[in-house]
Amino acid sequence: MARNVSNTRKALVTAVAWTIGILIFFPILWTILTSFKTEAEAIASPPSFLFFDWTVENYVEVNSRSNYPLHFMNSVIISIGSTLLGLLIAIPAAWSMAFVPAKRTKDILMWMLSTKMLPPVGVLIPIYLLFRDFGLLDTRIGLVVVLTLINLPIIVWMLYTYFKEIPGEILEAARMDGAGLWDEVVHVLTPMAIPGIASTLLLNVILSWNEAFWTLNLTAAKAAPLTAFIASYSSPEGLFYAKLSAASTLAIAPILILGWFSQKQLVRGLTFGAVK
Amino acid sequence: MATAHSRSAARLMLSPAVILLLGWMIVPLSMTIYFSFLSYNLLMPGMEEYVGFLNYEYFLTDPAFFAALFNTLMLVGGVLVITIVGGVALGLLLDQPIWGQGIVRILVIAPFFVMPTVSALVWKNMFMNPVNGLFAYLAKAVGLQPFDFLAHAPLLSIILIVAWQWLPFATLILLTALQSLDQEQLEAAEMDGASFGNRFIYIVLPHLSRAITVVVLIQTIFLLSVFAEILVTTNGGPGYASTNITYLVYAQSLLQFDVGGGSAGGIVAVILANIVAVFLMRMIGKNLEA
Repeated sequence: MARNVSNTRKALVTAVAWTIGILIFFPILWTILTSFKTEAEAIASPPSFLFFDWTVENYVEVNSRSNYPLHFMNSVIISIGSTLLGLLIAIPAAWSMAFVPAKRTKDILMWMLSTKMLPPVGVLIPIYLLFRDFGLLDTRIGLVVVLTLINLPIIVWMLYTYFKEIPGEILEAARMDGAGLWDEVVHVLTPMAIPGIASTLLLNVILSWNEAFWTLNLTAAKAAPLTAFIASYSSPEGLFYAKLSAASTLAIAPILILGWFSQKQLVRGLTFGAVK
Repeated sequence: MATAHSRSAARLMLSPAVILLLGWMIVPLSMTIYFSFLSYNLLMPGMEEYVGFLNYEYFLTDPAFFAALFNTLMLVGGVLVITIVGGVALGLLLDQPIWGQGIVRILVIAPFFVMPTVSALVWKNMFMNPVNGLFAYLAKAVGLQPFDFLAHAPLLSIILIVAWQWLPFATLILLTALQSLDQEQLEAAEMDGASFGNRFIYIVLPHLSRAITVVVLIQTIFLLSVFAEILVTTNGGPGYASTNITYLVYAQSLLQFDVGGGSAGGIVAVILANIVAVFLMRMIGKNLEA
């Protein structure tokens, strides 16, 4: 039974929703707009909204004056590297728990989750000292390892909830048809598991890209990803609003786009399957 | 049909993840516990000695600890109130038929994908700055004195920034929960003459209670560890006005090099987080059985 909603009411709700949506989005929009202004226009009073001399000078400047491409690459390598490494470890684990559940599977899952509840400051000092002693401070490999470990519980959990939805009967049917273990894995399970793995990958790249505790504490210059690079604008350089905006826009654009594709998985991944 | 063979294969597949997480949890955590009983400063290597609970005594009686504990609670509580109330309202709004719903949803969710250092710096410089910020301009436009947010209300400013980042998360989850609400039940109540307020209190809110609990618990875990937003805006100041426990531990260990004291603080933070975690785990565990 569809409810009859008058168009007036719909128009009103639409207007309110759009206003609020634009207000919430406004800081991002303002950052993007400011990135195309000159420094003088960026702090002009009254501020100009659309009618200013659009320029891409800030983007050129950010790329040439700082080591922007290096930090961007660090972000890419660290987020994708830690995600792939995490998947490599988590896929077999989630797979075995979903398809060959044992008595203690639930306990293991809950315990994995509990490691995620450990506040990072609880282990900051040992990790910092170990990294210092092993020469891992300010290295990409060090950050890849740490981010893999802190996101591993989420990866295992997400994969587990997806794998759980693959019906076990389908395996038996394949077995009846004479499929060996290899055929089972390659032709039956893998195609069904790929969407879940893809969503997990997407969400985890987003989380790692934006991670800002370990990246800030364990890097200095060489391996600093964008989170740490942008933080350096908190010094007097932050007064250059247009350049800050250009650097920020470049840093958030890829993830905004990825994020919009992953809305649904976000709910599932971040609530550990408690809300679907 | 798990055979003994497949079971041992399963154990083999599971073990790398278990061993790594076990190592990640036990090795550094026991080191932190060990350090917390030492007098250990990075500037004086080789002078470590066992001091019992002295670090805890210092940390827990330090006025900075009380300030930080208070700030942590205000930060978590403030952000939770804003995001839950705002999230329920936005969820209800976006659950209505509107034109361009997909686009509005994208606009609302966007802040969640902005990295913490970017959102904090954008708010700090381009909105809250008392000279060049947009808020200062708006204040002047209506004849008010510009307000220096981060100097005079540092904690509130950080609460607003963090709430902006987490509002999308709460909205998205509550909206997802709302969409599974039985519409016919609502219509029946409406036909029986239940007002909007009554429908909300007796049907919508009970339906949302589980999702709200999940949002509260998960956000609390993350909000207890807010760090980057404080680092790039106020550095915990002025004084300790915007220092939370996470930032206090960071400052003590990596700025003052007091490994012993910082470790004691880290353990205190772990205990606080565990209190929340117990509740969260119970919720999720229940769901796992269902």
